[in-house]
Amino acid sequence: MTANGGPRPLLEVDEVSVRFGALMALTKVSLDIARGEIVAIIGPNGAGKTTLINVISGFYRPYEGHILFDGKDRTHLRPPDVAALGVARTFQNVALFKGMSVLDNIMTGRLLKMHGSFLLDALWWGPARRQELANREVVERLIDFLEIQAIRKTQAGKLPYGLQKRVELARALAAEPALLLLDEPMAGMNVEEKEDMCRFILDVNSEFGTTIALIEHDMGVVMDISHRVAVLDYGRKIADGTPDEVRKAQAVIDAYLGVAHE
Amino acid sequence: MTATLGAQADTFPKLVRANAETLPRKTAIREKDLGIWQAYTWRDYWEQSRLIALGLASLGFARGDKTAVVGDNRPRLYWAVCATQALGGIPVPLYQDSIEKELAYIVDHAEARFAIVEDQEQVDKLLHLRAQCPRLEFIVYDNARGLRAYSEPNLMSLEELLERGRKFEQNHANYVEDEVAKGRADDTAIICYTSGTTGTPKGAMLSHHGLIVTARNSAAAEGLDASEEILSYLPMAWVGDHVFSYAQSVITGFAANCPESAATVLHDLKEIGPTYFFAPPRIWETILTNVLLRLDDCAWPKRKLVHFFLDLAQGMERRRLAGQPVSLLPRLLYPLGRALVYGPLRDNLGMRRVRRAYTAGEAIGPEIFVFFRALGINVKQLYGMTEASVFVTIQRDGDVRLDSVGTAIPGVEIRISGTGEVQFRGAGVFQGYYKNAEATRDAVHDGWLSSGDAGFLDASGHLKIIDRAKDLSRLSTGTIFPPKFIENKLKFSPYVKEAVCVGQDRPFVTALINIDLAAVGNWAERRGIAYTSYTDLSQKPEVYALIHDEVTRVNASLRDDEVLRGATLRRFLILHKELDPDDEEITRTRKVRRGYIAQKYADLIEALYSDRTHVQVEAKVTYEDGRSGTIRADVTIRDVE
Repeated sequence: MTANGGPRPLLEVDEVSVRFGALMALTKVSLDIARGEIVAIIGPNGAGKTTLINVISGFYRPYEGHILFDGKDRTHLRPPDVAALGVARTFQNVALFKGMSVLDNIMTGRLLKMHGSFLLDALWWGPARRQELANREVVERLIDFLEIQAIRKTQAGKLPYGLQKRVELARALAAEPALLLLDEPMAGMNVEEKEDMCRFILDVNSEFGTTIALIEHDMGVVMDISHRVAVLDYGRKIADGTPDEVRKAQAVIDAYLGVAHE
Repeated sequence: MTATLGAQADTFPKLVRANAETLPRKTAIREKDLGIWQAYTWRDYWEQSRLIALGLASLGFARGDKTAVVGDNRPRLYWAVCATQALGGIPVPLYQDSIEKELAYIVDHAEARFAIVEDQEQVDKLLHLRAQCPRLEFIVYDNARGLRAYSEPNLMSLEELLERGRKFEQNHANYVEDEVAKGRADDTAIICYTSGTTGTPKGAMLSHHGLIVTARNSAAAEGLDASEEILSYLPMAWVGDHVFSYAQSVITGFAANCPESAATVLHDLKEIGPTYFFAPPRIWETILTNVLLRLDDCAWPKRKLVHFFLDLAQGMERRRLAGQPVSLLPRLLYPLGRALVYGPLRDNLGMRRVRRAYTAGEAIGPEIFVFFRALGINVKQLYGMTEASVFVTIQRDGDVRLDSVGTAIPGVEIRISGTGEVQFRGAGVFQGYYKNAEATRDAVHDGWLSSGDAGFLDASGHLKIIDRAKDLSRLSTGTIFPPKFIENKLKFSPYVKEAVCVGQDRPFVTALINIDLAAVGNWAERRGIAYTSYTDLSQKPEVYALIHDEVTRVNASLRDDEVLRGATLRRFLILHKELDPDDEEITRTRKVRRGYIAQKYADLIEALYSDRTHVQVEAKVTYEDGRSGTIRADVTIRDVE
């Protein structure tokens, strides 16, 4: 893996295949993500992008291949275990607790960092109190960071879509992840919302040093913010390189222009 | 305590230092950060200002240098103002939402060497304009978010500046104290660039002496003391914020509170519960519109109850303002209304503790004024100008009237010129426009400052403002036509956000109207009217019918007036886009730029005076980042009987 002598990547996806019955959703896909990188995963609809995110975050089990996180094999972990390792994600269709306030939604992102006893929590005393205050401070920093102070106490379900996406990002960040997986963070947004989201993603990367893998359709966005782009088509990786390299790759042009597969 | 506090101190840094000694533990300023109100005492205030000053000194700050201050209201930016003054420099606050071109003009004109700004947004603008403004050397930012990767020279965080300051202090122990001691009362304390409804901005230079005397006189006249709490939410670049949040706070020792963000102001208002509150008419309008909208969504028994008591209180307040007696029944019912409606509503608006509230900047719609006074909120009008360190007149408690802006504050004299223009003089009058002697000569004659407003003094010394002197005109029929007066009547409607009336040398009055997207959008949704955009909504026949009713209402009230009977509106149209400061149609303080609009919308105005009922328009819009685009629309024109 470290043939070039560089430091070991944060995430190594090694020849992973996923199949649903007879359908191969991913076929021997390999992808390394280095620490501090922003990697975009692109490809036409049905190319297997979300499947790749789902297999990394443990929602799907690979049919073959290995996934190494921080050098350790964790191919067969379930989602909560993956989260405990420091991987957080957002969803293509916003998945917030709609009846809860924005603040409470983001607090749920801290659950893995909380170790309470039922009695102390109920009394809100001693360590339980200190713990909640410490967690609240982390959450408040994120609220400040993502500029959502005005909606702190608003019910998540009442927010416009663009803001829900931002709250979801806040919840993922609350887990202080080493690797952040974003599934179409800008889908359905207008230009201004997209620009804001781009800025937040870049700031997360530079301020917290978070490694980010994102799926995105807007090519302008992808080329602007990512260090590296991986292209999937029909469940296979057809290109992997800097935005410029990928833009020029013939296989990518063919995939996007829909050249017939013989 | 108020009177003696720093009595010998003749500049703001001296006053702040005196506060740090006499009121070391009194809260001077608060900021809501991470969801919690963080308080800083007067000792902190001085210590932080001193450190910033040391940091600036380490960069070679010389007396007379200028610091551009750009950002939302933040304690550190107020300290930057104090630090600059401490070194004998002049702070130049700028509007934080200005586009780069506007910033560039002022930074260049003011010859600012230093800039202390809030965040990346401002840093980006300033870095870009530094190329054209070679005098701008150092840029210091408060919030480092997104800026870690920047490697431009002479760009640093406030922490780095403070660190430099601490090092500098080791070799220059009394540097700041010595510099403060050199300060003189007639030094320029600040240059406030007026937003300028006409042409390029002008920098009004205000002296320490002028600001101190004005702040002290106004505080004494209104009985302000160190226990006041205010919300500092209006742009720092506006002279009003400088006087309320800085000058008066330093003079009396009261606490200024900086909201968490621009979007949370109304919420923070509730948490702070200010005792002293200032808002321009548009904010009062927004609050009133919100109340009325929420009321519309209530169940009908509640709605009826609230309307009954609001009508009752407004009826009483109108009689009181007109000096008429109030009959017994309403007086008996008022306490019940206070328990059921007025008290809870005030509490909900965050105005339960307000002892004095002010409105100024533009005439306020009488209906808005009466609404808030009827709730028991002591809203008063004041009249002021940047060039006068704000205060010229204030309405006194117990002597509030609808049609006047009050009487002169102590130390200010008012006279009316031969052409009907209001002129005044006093300690607060500015030192002149920076590098613009010609404009200064036009504004000041023998120490009397021309306000540009037409008005008159009544027998009891109350000043009444009719309109801008240059706006007041006549129709071709000879009838007096006060555009702003009619526009304000239109704007009382929650559905009308902005209005521009035309009529000079024309046979009748017409209006270009901006609908309020929130209010009309809500109204449309409840009636199941679908719309896609502002432009689309503005041209709906239903919306035209709605606005038509509002225009008819305004006409009815104009007909009641002896003088203005002939100035009723005959035709109107609803503009397809919002008037926007980015398009230079209104100023940053939301004053209509009549001349520019007359030019830009000449086609529409011609159509208003023809028999056409539709106009095709194509308008250029400028976005906040300076890019531009076009909007196409088919604008309808309506006749009013």
